[in-house]
Amino acid sequence: MAATIFYILSAVALIATLLCITRRNPVHAVIYLVHAFFALALMFYLLGAPLVAAWEVIIYAGAIMVLFLFIIMMLELAPDESEHSTSTWKRWTPVLLLALALVVCTLLIMGIESVVGKEGVPAYYASPRDFGYALFKEYALAVEVVSFQLLFAAVGAFYVGKKEWRRGGRK
Amino acid sequence: MIVPLSHLLIVAGIMFIMGLACTLARRNLIMILIGVEVMINAVGLTLVGGSAFWQQIDGQLVVVLLMALTSAEVSISLAMVVYLQRRKGTIEADRYSEMKG
Repeated sequence: MAATIFYILSAVALIATLLCITRRNPVHAVIYLVHAFFALALMFYLLGAPLVAAWEVIIYAGAIMVLFLFIIMMLELAPDESEHSTSTWKRWTPVLLLALALVVCTLLIMGIESVVGKEGVPAYYASPRDFGYALFKEYALAVEVVSFQLLFAAVGAFYVGKKEWRRGGRK
Repeated sequence: MIVPLSHLLIVAGIMFIMGLACTLARRNLIMILIGVEVMINAVGLTLVGGSAFWQQIDGQLVVVLLMALTSAEVSISLAMVVYLQRRKGTIEADRYSEMKG
């Protein structure tokens, strides 16, 4: 059962990615990529990584993709949709089908009691407690390095994104 | 492990190649960044699959560090997109040809 859901989810993820990379409009590409991330999050859950699945939805689909949408709309990069040749239904059908597949898979995963391996043994499952112990004991130095990197990225983004490039300098 | 590792690696490989094709073929800076995102997620799927296959938690930890790295990369590259749009007035990668490359 879990293996079947996994294959359906991988098909959904691959189709959504394929549709994403072929779109002309960046907004449509971001929407399809969010579908692919949701499918990937469910796959992570099936592989015994519930915390990573939650962060996939929160960070990737929630934060990073919204940042992309924000930049696209701020710079007005999306082409004009008013003289679109294809009908509304033709544009909405793939999105709705992918979303329906994701919802059905989510309900099925909620329905199965525990994710069981191929030979009937319970699959590997990392609880958030084990995860936190390993992250802050063995990988404490990596966490510090990554936090420094996030700080540098924030400073760099602020510097690059400033309106005035150099005070009194070029323009 | 609910599925064989090879199937999972095939899915992740196809997804990585799609991201690579998007990065190489598209000329819009936003689409290039989206291709990079797809590639990073394919790598994350490989790491979580390896974590499930060898029953070790380290793969999932690396995915979390990868997410932090991705958010740093996306924030600074989108700031550069905003900067280029302001300075050059376009985000098509082929238009940046001042150096006559």
